[in-house]
Amino acid sequence: MATPVQTQTVDLVARFPGMVTADARPGYTGFIVNKENLVEVATAIRDEFGFDLLTAVTGVDYLAENKMEVVYHAYKTTGGPGLVFRVQVERVDPVEVPSLINIWPGVDFQEREAWDLLGIKFTGHPDLRRILMWEGYEGHPLRKDWKEPFFEEEAKPFKSRWPDGQHTFAENKNPFRDNLKFPADFDPEKFEVVNEDGLYASLERHTMKNEEGSLNTDHIVVNMGPHHPSTHGVLRVAVTLDGETIIGLKPVMGYLHRNHDKIGERNTYLQVIPYTDRLDYFNSMSNNFGYVTTVEKLMKIQVAERAEYIRVIMAELSRIQNHLIFIGMLMNDLGTMYTPSLYAFEERELVLDIFEAVSGARMMCNYFRFGGVVRDIPDYVMQKIKDLVLERLPAKTDEMERFLNENEILVARLKGIHVLNAEDAIKYSVTGPVLRATGVPYDLRRADPYSIYDRFDFDVAVRQNGDMMDNYLIRFDEIRQSLRILEQALKQIPQGPINSQKPQYQVRVPAGEAYGRIESPKGELAFYVVSNGKPNPYRYHVRPASFVNLTAVESMCIGSKIADFVALLAMLDIVMGELDR
Amino acid sequence: MENEKLSLPNYNIPEDLENVVAVTTLDRLYNWGRRSSVWPLMFGLACCAIEMIAAQTARYDMARFGMEVMRPTPRQADMMLVSGTVTKKMLPAIIRLYNQMPEPKYVVAMGACASSGGPFKEGYNVVAGIDKFLPVDVYIPGCPPTPQALIAGLIKLQEKIDRQSIKTVRWYNKEKKDGNYVPMPILGPDLIDVRRNADIKQAAAVAKVTQESA
Repeated sequence: MATPVQTQTVDLVARFPGMVTADARPGYTGFIVNKENLVEVATAIRDEFGFDLLTAVTGVDYLAENKMEVVYHAYKTTGGPGLVFRVQVERVDPVEVPSLINIWPGVDFQEREAWDLLGIKFTGHPDLRRILMWEGYEGHPLRKDWKEPFFEEEAKPFKSRWPDGQHTFAENKNPFRDNLKFPADFDPEKFEVVNEDGLYASLERHTMKNEEGSLNTDHIVVNMGPHHPSTHGVLRVAVTLDGETIIGLKPVMGYLHRNHDKIGERNTYLQVIPYTDRLDYFNSMSNNFGYVTTVEKLMKIQVAERAEYIRVIMAELSRIQNHLIFIGMLMNDLGTMYTPSLYAFEERELVLDIFEAVSGARMMCNYFRFGGVVRDIPDYVMQKIKDLVLERLPAKTDEMERFLNENEILVARLKGIHVLNAEDAIKYSVTGPVLRATGVPYDLRRADPYSIYDRFDFDVAVRQNGDMMDNYLIRFDEIRQSLRILEQALKQIPQGPINSQKPQYQVRVPAGEAYGRIESPKGELAFYVVSNGKPNPYRYHVRPASFVNLTAVESMCIGSKIADFVALLAMLDIVMGELDR
Repeated sequence: MENEKLSLPNYNIPEDLENVVAVTTLDRLYNWGRRSSVWPLMFGLACCAIEMIAAQTARYDMARFGMEVMRPTPRQADMMLVSGTVTKKMLPAIIRLYNQMPEPKYVVAMGACASSGGPFKEGYNVVAGIDKFLPVDVYIPGCPPTPQALIAGLIKLQEKIDRQSIKTVRWYNKEKKDGNYVPMPILGPDLIDVRRNADIKQAAAVAKVTQESA
């Protein structure tokens, strides 16, 4: 396991005396910035100290201390450890913190999420609306004093279920006999629906205006989704169109918001693992990886040597099948319905066979445990992996490239379309293949190595143009590099125990915080976990790649055609389970 | 159907005429046509949708059951496969799609979430089972159900279609003119099921009384 990230390499206290204090709570790192000086300090962090990539913004509700905290995690795209800084404010409504959207525009959606779920008002944010829930929803669900309609107890295991195993229907305990919660004396007949004026008003933000003297054309607003064959799930996009040209765009999400954070905070640490499977449901292995890495950081435990290799093997296999599906789905959206994706799914099934053989499930593997993995890889499965990695997948990757790469229509649809330059990509906190296609060689397996990635010889796949074609080609590069890592891992994997800990239902996690991040196939997948020493996480937050990468979409699409936007959604490789959580 | 053929089992049709002549009932003919081409709505909600796609691909091949034609528009679909967690925010869209589907229409709840809320039942934005709003024909257990399980569920749906009779089906019933129209729920402070307005008002009033006495 990589050593815990040292954040004290930057001394903000000396640079800003009186404005910044070091966080002295046990288990915490980083700095506490005064609310009034936040913008000034953040500007210096970006410009003087060079932390150009703000990956995560989230809030924590410290109910007992009567405080709300906003935590920022900043990193350098040149690699190295990050910087944690935070703002603490009184927990009295309105809870107000200045927005950092002018310094790192990538905080846009994340600040909106913190407003939606925690009720932290970011002053200066131009479009602070609810993002995951709908406008008009009662309350801010992640506050510690907010209880969901099916609330039973603060933490699992619930006394009613364990150890006696009694079961009563949750519906019977709720006054509305369903998963509902209304304010007292609510009358549904007199209720007036909150309309979506806010959404359409915010569409104007980037909308291009007709130039003086030019032909005045009518603009129409089109809603794509949430039921739309090309939005990769239940994403909705409101677009302003001038003919076929997009002149304004706003993603609307939350249609698959299934309350991952809130449920995670009720669960025990171990119970969260199967829920992480359902984040990015193409890559349950990677999600497991990110979560256990974070908790292991908190627990300060070593991972069994053989398990480290097994983890890398599983994560890289997962990356390969993800990228193959990506290519298939991109082709689907470009109009070659089905054929390339059938090729991709054929290979994916073979990878899923391996997952099923080791974990028992095709998609929701629930395979990682703190300190290792749950089962060893049997010999015959190891042989299967070897056959796949050494023989079949390299040949099939070549085959797909040969079939597709020089196709005239494909090149015409991808080359030079939707160019994202490196500067904008970093500004919008874009990570993963999309960032690397713009020429920034930022791969967490290299930039901030976790697990045992520092032992392998591989290149960070990088392309220079940042257009759709490069985004497409970089996936092939990454498949090749993953195969390289797999080849070495399969050669080096030692025999031995698969878990450094004893099997246990409940783990002891010392108080503190941890921010663990991994290079998931979609970008940086990070978990922010705060422990107060109890069997459940006090705060559990997921920083998904899809969600943050989507921040850039608004500015990328302006001026392009609506048909290319469909391809762009495929290119960003979003997964709604992870996006909405 | 015991006998997969269109012909009723008790008629002895000469072998060389078997592909030309069939003796059967009107119900059987009607159901045979419908069960052999159930067009699903191309509609994915969550993780289960990926297994639904997998079931379409070469290894499992739903096309063997006449179900390969996924229609993105509800106007051309016969069956809604609710594949994943139904959230409160998404529910109005699902109900609208269902109402737009022409009869005869079927609903299959795929996976634990669509059947009952599944692992996410306790979530504040989750509808605990689509059957609170739509009439579900087949429930498929699993999280997510494997493609095999999905296909088994769809075969169950075919069996259900086989048992229907043209005399009793709801879409030819003159008394039930609006068929299975489900009123649209409203997104208010929480999800408002307009069929339950009176209930909600009453429970909210009770909540006020208990709040005041507390």
